Amino acid sequence: MDKQTTSALLYLDGISVSFDGFKALNELSFIVEPGEMRAIIGPNGAGKTTMMDVITGKTRPDEGDVFFEEGKYDLSKLDETEIATLGIGRKFQKPTVFEMHTVEDNLQLALKNDRGVRATLFWQSSDEQEKRIDEVLDIVRLKPLRSRVAGSLSHGQKQWLEIAMLLAQDPKLLLVDEPVAGMTDVETMQTAELLREINKTKTVVVVEHDMAFVRELGVKVTCLHEGSVLAEGTIDQVSANDRVVEVYLGR
Amino acid sequence: MMTSHPLIRLLDRGSTLFLVLLAAFAIAIPVLNLLVPDGSALHVSTYFVALFGKYVCYGLLALSIDLIWGYVGILSLGHGAFFALGGYAMGMYLMRQIGTRGVYANPILPDFMVFLNWSELPIFWYGFHNFAYAMLMVLLVPGLLAFVFGWFAFRSRVTGVYLSIITQAMTYALLLGFFRNNFGFGGNNGLTDFKDILGFNVQAEGTRNALLVISCIALAVCFLICRAIVTSKFGKVLIGIRDAESRTRFLGYRVEAYKLFVFTVSACMAGVAGALYVPQVGIINPGEFAPGNSIEAVIWVAVGGRGTLTGAVLGAFVVNYAKTFFTSGALAPYWLFMLGGLFIGTTLLMPRGIIGTYNNWRAGQDAKKAAAEDDAVPAASPHAAE
Repeated sequence: MDKQTTSALLYLDGISVSFDGFKALNELSFIVEPGEMRAIIGPNGAGKTTMMDVITGKTRPDEGDVFFEEGKYDLSKLDETEIATLGIGRKFQKPTVFEMHTVEDNLQLALKNDRGVRATLFWQSSDEQEKRIDEVLDIVRLKPLRSRVAGSLSHGQKQWLEIAMLLAQDPKLLLVDEPVAGMTDVETMQTAELLREINKTKTVVVVEHDMAFVRELGVKVTCLHEGSVLAEGTIDQVSANDRVVEVYLGR
Repeated sequence: MMTSHPLIRLLDRGSTLFLVLLAAFAIAIPVLNLLVPDGSALHVSTYFVALFGKYVCYGLLALSIDLIWGYVGILSLGHGAFFALGGYAMGMYLMRQIGTRGVYANPILPDFMVFLNWSELPIFWYGFHNFAYAMLMVLLVPGLLAFVFGWFAFRSRVTGVYLSIITQAMTYALLLGFFRNNFGFGGNNGLTDFKDILGFNVQAEGTRNALLVISCIALAVCFLICRAIVTSKFGKVLIGIRDAESRTRFLGYRVEAYKLFVFTVSACMAGVAGALYVPQVGIINPGEFAPGNSIEAVIWVAVGGRGTLTGAVLGAFVVNYAKTFFTSGALAPYWLFMLGGLFIGTTLLMPRGIIGTYNNWRAGQDAKKAAAEDDAVPAASPHAAE
C-alpha cells in the first residue's frame, strides 16, 4: 500500500501469520478510525491475541501491511519498544503489573517520560507527575490504594491498575485484551463505564469474550474466525449473522 | 518511596548499619593486628588479616552478583570470569614489578616467559608496569567482555537457564584458554611470586592491613553505587524487568539496554574484587575461572539473601568462614557435601536467605503493630495503613 492514503489510525491489510503451518491469521484486514472504540470478538483460536501481537511488534506478519497514524508508520518494521513509544499501549489477557512495586510506582514507571538508561538513573519526581498520577488514579478509582503493593490487590483491581498504567503512558491507541475476564458482574459494568470514559479522549480496541460486556460497550463489533474477519457491525447485526451463530454455537 | 530525599533513599536502616559495621571491621582488624601485642588474647594474627581481606573481596564479588541476580533476575554462573580477569590485570602489574628479582633476573620478561624461551614481551603485556594503566584494565577488560557478551545475549533475548548456561560456557572457555602456555599468562601456574605493589612489600604486615582497608573501602563504594542504582527509578525498572519483562517492554523500555548497563557495571565490580584479591592471596591462576567458583559465589548470595545487597556480603562471609573452619579439620573431605547441603537447605527452608528472612519477619512485626494501632484508634480510616 502507498503511504498517506488512509485516514485510519490503525490499518491492517491482508495480514497472514502462520506458526508451523498453522494459519493463525489469514488475510486479516480491518481499520480503526481515530477516536473510535472497537470490540473484537471471536471463538478461541480465532487469532485475536495473534492480531494484538502483530500490532505491538511481538510477532512479524508473514504477509500484509500494518500501518499506524494515517499510514505514517509501518508497524511490521518496528519492535515492541518503538511501537510503545509511538503511542500504542497494550493490556495483557492476564493482568500484568509490577507486583513488588506500589500502585504509585507502577504508574510512575508507566508515565510518559524519557525511557533511556541515563534519564531513569538520574530521575527526580515532580509535582506535575504526582498530579498526573492522582488524575489517573481518580479515573480508575484506585486512589485510596496508592501506596499499596500491587501484588496485594484483588484480580479486578490489578486489571484496573494495568488500564491505569496504559493511561499514564498517554497512548493514542489502547489495545485491551479481555479486560473483564474473572471479574464480578459489578466490576464488569464498572469496567465498561471506565472504557467508555477513556474512549472520550483515546482510540480503544477491546478484545473480549463476554457478550454482555460487549453489548454494554455499545460499539462497532468485529467478529474474527480462523484468522480473518467473519462479520462486522453493531452487536445486534453481528449476533444475528448466521455464520457467527454457527461459529459460536457449533454446527 | 520515590519522592523521598536521595540521601535518605540511599541510606536506609540496614544500609547504614552495614556501612558502620564495615567501617568498624576495617578499623578493628588492623588495630588488633598492629597495635595489640602478639601474646594478647585480642591479637589478630597476620594470617587472619589476609584471610579477612580475602573475604571482603569475595563479599564484593557476591555484591556484584546480587546486583544482577537479585534485581534483574540475570543468573550469571560465570561471574568468576570477570573476577579472574580483574585479578589477572592486577597480577600482570605485580609481575612487571618483580623486575630483576625473578629467578632468571630478566628486567623485562616475567620468569615464565624466559622459561618458554620468549625473546620479547607480548604486545598485550605492554603498559602493565604502569599502575594506573593496570587499574584501568582492571575495569576495562571485564567491562568490555561483559558488554560484548551482554550485547549479543540480551539482544537475542537469551534469558533464564539458557543465559546461565552460556555464562558457564564463557568462563569455561576462558579457563581452557588461560591454561595454555602460548596464551601468554603463565599457563597452568598462572602469575605468582609477587614482590611489591606501588613499592610496598606485598608480604609485609603493613601492606596486608592496608590492602584489607582498601578492600573495605572498595566494598563500601561499590555498595553505595549499587544502592544508588537500585533505589533510583532505574532500579525500579530493573525490578520490573525481573518480575514482568514483557510488561516493561510494552511500556516502551528498552530492556536490553537496561540489562546491558547493569551487567557491565556488575562485571567491573567483580573485576575490582579480583584485582584486590590477587595481592592478598599472592597468586592468580586459571583455576579461578573454574565454573565451580562462580557457582559457589552464587550460593553465597542465595544464603545471605538475594536482592538485599547486604545479604550477599553477609553470605560471602558466613559461607567462607564455614569453609575455612571445616576444611581445616577432620571434616575437610566432606566440605563439598556441606556446601551442597547448605544450598539445598537454604532453597527449601529459607528461600529468601538470611537477610531476606529477617526482613520478612520484621515486616510481619511492623504490620502487626500497625494493625494493633488501628484497633486502638477506631476513627482511623481503613486505608491509612502503610
